Amino acid sequence: MLGAYTTYVVQDLIRTRNPGLFDYSLMIALPLAFLVAGAVGILIERTVIRFLYGRPLETLLATWGISLILQQAVRSAFGPTNKEVGNPGWMSGAFELGGITITYNRMWIIVFTLAVFVGLLALLRFTRLGLEMRAVTQNRAMAASMGIRTARIDALTFGLGSGIAGIAGVALSQIDNVSPNLGQGYIIDSFLVVVFGGVGNLWGTLVASFTLGIANKFLEPFAGAVLGKIAILVFIILFIQKRPRGMFALKGRAIEA
Amino acid sequence: MTSSPLIRALDRGAVAFILVLVAIGVLVPALNLLTAESSVWHVPTYLVALWGKYVCYAILALSIDLIWGYCGILSLGHGAFFALGGYAMGMYLMRQIGTRGVYGNPILPDFMVFLNWPELPVFWYGFNHFAYAVLMVFLVPGVLAFVFGWFAFRSRVTGVYLSIITQALTYALLLGFFRNNFGFGGNNGLTDFKDILGFNVQAQETRAALFAISVLALIIGFFICRTIVASKLGMVLVSIRDAESRTRFLGYRVENYKLFVFTLSACMAGVAGALYVPQVGIINPSEFAPANSIEAVIWVAVGGRGTLIGAAIGAVIVNYGKTTFTSGPLAPYWLFLLGSLFVLVTLLLPRGIVGTVRHYSGALRDRKASAAAEDGITPNEPAPKAAE
Repeated sequence: MLGAYTTYVVQDLIRTRNPGLFDYSLMIALPLAFLVAGAVGILIERTVIRFLYGRPLETLLATWGISLILQQAVRSAFGPTNKEVGNPGWMSGAFELGGITITYNRMWIIVFTLAVFVGLLALLRFTRLGLEMRAVTQNRAMAASMGIRTARIDALTFGLGSGIAGIAGVALSQIDNVSPNLGQGYIIDSFLVVVFGGVGNLWGTLVASFTLGIANKFLEPFAGAVLGKIAILVFIILFIQKRPRGMFALKGRAIEA
Repeated sequence: MTSSPLIRALDRGAVAFILVLVAIGVLVPALNLLTAESSVWHVPTYLVALWGKYVCYAILALSIDLIWGYCGILSLGHGAFFALGGYAMGMYLMRQIGTRGVYGNPILPDFMVFLNWPELPVFWYGFNHFAYAVLMVFLVPGVLAFVFGWFAFRSRVTGVYLSIITQALTYALLLGFFRNNFGFGGNNGLTDFKDILGFNVQAQETRAALFAISVLALIIGFFICRTIVASKLGMVLVSIRDAESRTRFLGYRVENYKLFVFTLSACMAGVAGALYVPQVGIINPSEFAPANSIEAVIWVAVGGRGTLIGAAIGAVIVNYGKTTFTSGPLAPYWLFLLGSLFVLVTLLLPRGIVGTVRHYSGALRDRKASAAAEDGITPNEPAPKAAE
């Protein structure tokens, strides 16, 4: 939501100040959205979340509360109505592929998502920050005694996650209405994707989101959009019985994670 | 600790709470019906209905507190059971409208005539009998919770995963009930009720009676919860909350205990919904919204998780705040307040209002007479937060 609104603000500024730059507006919005959402994420982590580590249920409630506050803040600042976000020229239009019409903006979003995914994998794998993040996840006490500042890693990780959500907002602004309720419809979907794919596993998340999204679309012609969705929800409820830790669970010997 | 669970259930706080409830249940309807409109003591009918709504919310909060506060199951889908109970009652009320609907069809409710349905669907049979509807109020949420819990607890889905799939459950029901061809009135829900058991739902006397019945239901629900919590069963529940694996290793069938309280709690939520509908006059799919269920959890957190009394008080306080805020010029700020409530309560007041008060008064009493503090109050003590 914050990302989508950043896009809106950037586009609005460009439209009034310098219309020629409009085609590049998304390029400008992306890093800004990442920074804004990331900064807000770090702020939230420092002020609220860090007191709640080890209490996942309370964290769930507190973050829900924060999302209510953010939503209302945006509603107060920008008004409750939808904001218009334009498509740049190179993203408008559509092309035909084997009898299916595919719009450019959706195709760009898929490309963009894969790029972000690869980028994130690379970051976790090859950078110092990624290394430290994985170290803290695996063994916090040991990581701390090796000289990693765990609190800083926590904040940066949360900021990174929020920033990525922010750029997802930029992408969404191209296909969805930009309104204060933008994020709400996706909360349950994203919960489900994570539960399905398993916590702490990027590949699981990717496979799960594609599986669920594609299954949903394939069910739609037979069952209708709503029944298809219900079928997916029931499927996940049943699936979680079989694998209570997701599709690609982290292997470990702990009885209680 | 040798007395029977029934006696232990009624410690001083519980008795006081029940007495207060009895007083409210008698006084409010009496002040509404027996005093003159102009009297200072008169309670207007709209307030009776509003407070009746709060009492129903309090029952819902109680049911959540039983499983969350004492067994550590955080259900984010209790609104679903609440709404299902509500729908069962709403279906009875719809059948009671009879020929007085807009289309005057003696059997089919208006929305079915509107959608050109030839006859009543099978699952609407029997709802013209009040007893059948009451049975369904218990049975529908109970059976759903039993089946859902059976699968979830047997395969040891716990913690956040369980919370999320309960939310998926209520979300699926929300989407389903929004559909017209599901047979529950689509997004308009069920409304325009006329009679309950032959009494007009809009009448002052009926509203007062409904209020008294709701308070009675709250008392009974509270008593059942207290009895469970003070019994040996309650101790096992608390031990499941604090150390599930250890309890399992000690030989308790953890999933059976969980299934029992979960089902019971769903039945209570269903009753709350059933009492809610005739007082509010409408039931529609938005009751299934995941946000509602999450809000109900915060009532419990505000009042004090694992205290029962706190849950009821929290539900009333938060909803009173909601009514005050959303009906005035402060409306835009309600979500700020609700949001900060979520954050502040989890951060600063994890015991809730009642829990905090008990904690400090308990500490004071302990200092005064540490020897005499053995009996009676032990089950009330909010246990330290161990492994969630």
